[in-house]
Amino acid sequence: MIEILATGALSTVQDLGREGSLRFGVGTSGAMDDLALAIGNILLGNDCNAAAIEVPILPFKMLFLEDTDFALTGADCGARLDNREIPPWWCLHASKGQVLTLGIPQSDARAYVALAGGLDVAEVLGSRSTQMRGNFGGFEGRPLKKGDRLQTVARTPGATPRSAISAHGFGVRPPAFGLPLHAASEDGVTATAVRVLPAGEYDSYTDASLEQFWLARWQVTPQSDRYGYRLAGPVLAAKHVIEKRSHGIVPGVIQVPQSGQPIIQLRDAQPSGGYPKIGTVIEADIWRLGQTRIGESIRFLKTSYQEAVAAQEEKQRYLAQLSLAVQMQRMANS
Amino acid sequence: MTKSLSVNTRTPENEPVVAQDGTVQQMNVSMLGTRAILFEAPGLMDIHHQRRIWSMAQRFSSWPDVSEAVPGMTNLMLAFRQPPADIAGLFAALHEAWERAEELQVEGRQIELPVVYGGEGGPHLGDVVAHTGLSIDEIVHLHAAPLYTVYALGSHPGYCYLGGMDTRIATPRRKVPVVRLPGGSVSIGGAQTGVSASSGPSGWSTIGRTEMIFFDPSKVQPATLSPGDLIRFRIDKVIK
Repeated sequence: MIEILATGALSTVQDLGREGSLRFGVGTSGAMDDLALAIGNILLGNDCNAAAIEVPILPFKMLFLEDTDFALTGADCGARLDNREIPPWWCLHASKGQVLTLGIPQSDARAYVALAGGLDVAEVLGSRSTQMRGNFGGFEGRPLKKGDRLQTVARTPGATPRSAISAHGFGVRPPAFGLPLHAASEDGVTATAVRVLPAGEYDSYTDASLEQFWLARWQVTPQSDRYGYRLAGPVLAAKHVIEKRSHGIVPGVIQVPQSGQPIIQLRDAQPSGGYPKIGTVIEADIWRLGQTRIGESIRFLKTSYQEAVAAQEEKQRYLAQLSLAVQMQRMANS
Repeated sequence: MTKSLSVNTRTPENEPVVAQDGTVQQMNVSMLGTRAILFEAPGLMDIHHQRRIWSMAQRFSSWPDVSEAVPGMTNLMLAFRQPPADIAGLFAALHEAWERAEELQVEGRQIELPVVYGGEGGPHLGDVVAHTGLSIDEIVHLHAAPLYTVYALGSHPGYCYLGGMDTRIATPRRKVPVVRLPGGSVSIGGAQTGVSASSGPSGWSTIGRTEMIFFDPSKVQPATLSPGDLIRFRIDKVIK
């Protein structure tokens, strides 16, 4: 069990998301950086989909109320276990009474704290993710606050022993090294590159707007959160006014309201909408958005269906290889 | 320029299909990334077309690779467990399914919702007046007159998209979505209307307020209402 000692307003319990309830109006939720959540779980020998804490606003502080292994992935935020510094993408054993503190990250947007066994919150409609709009799932259907106590799932007898981690712990390289994606930058200003497939109304935009869409650096505005990223850049103009009938959408869909400023729908997005869709950020790249901060920029790289499928397969292979390497490390330690 | 993954099936030129919502809608199939396909039915946004969408949803939800078939307003989104291999084959299957789809008859329940129109609970009633040129009373009476059918659920847990609104009060979606709107908000978006089931962002114009519990996540069937159910709005009060 752990206790939250300090947290920003939007730390939530998340797993990889909730599928299969879209037709009841229930969006997917789930970790904004699904790779970081999965890797945290892999480091601990958990199921990839086990629930962990997503921490978007730091600092964050929690107390271990019992001995347990934990992993820290996502943003590098100068974490400390009591006074000991912990590298990012690392797992370690914590003893009862120790305090984990996350600081302000130098880059990236979200850190993930996973615990051995995963967080023991009830599964609602097939997931432990917090459904913010419906106020269910996660921990009491709401963001975490000071004083909350969270249990971990008890392992069944005979399963992997709890600590397969040496005194120093061990870690992995951040996925940005293993799955690099760069956008050309003429002036040295970096932007998060994500691959995009054209969507239903792509051809309804003027040629000039489509050119701008692929060339511009889109700034993430302060009105961006788990629901979606509202971007600022050149105004995108459709050839005629488009008023769609409401239809299902998925995270990654880039809508363009009449303001001409795109919105990327993300994990807490509603499962339906009517604004025209110019493209969809591919599933394999959504984690990159999850680590893009307000004020930073995004570039859209045009891709094909085949390339998008291959990118997702590459991501799965990357996780499988990492999982194998971690298993060997854990065996060596135990 | 590469074409988007989209197929338009044009209707014969001598038969322009003008939809109830004022748009000319053609059959369209498009990809939403790699694990979802959107099928948009041709023609009117009416109950006959919607019943065919329900029938298609029933049929495709039993396909092994389909994790979920999600009806929208005369459209259907299919979500897949894995990216489908044969996109062209799926597009063709959706076209064929539409042509063959019979209307699915649903015995819906009927509920009545008292609405306070205007005032604090209906902050955009003035925008609808400005857009339509109608008076508040005319808008309220046109809105409360029909017996609405739940066409589909979406937007947020338990939210119902309703069919049957009088197009004289149709109002385009807002240029910039409102960041937070309370639950129970009765809104108009394009030629559609509905009631928000919980507080959250919305691109629609809110004209009134009602109270109802639309969703209970602990139930196997978590949404109170289903496609085919009927709603009538009763004018509780009009605040000008």
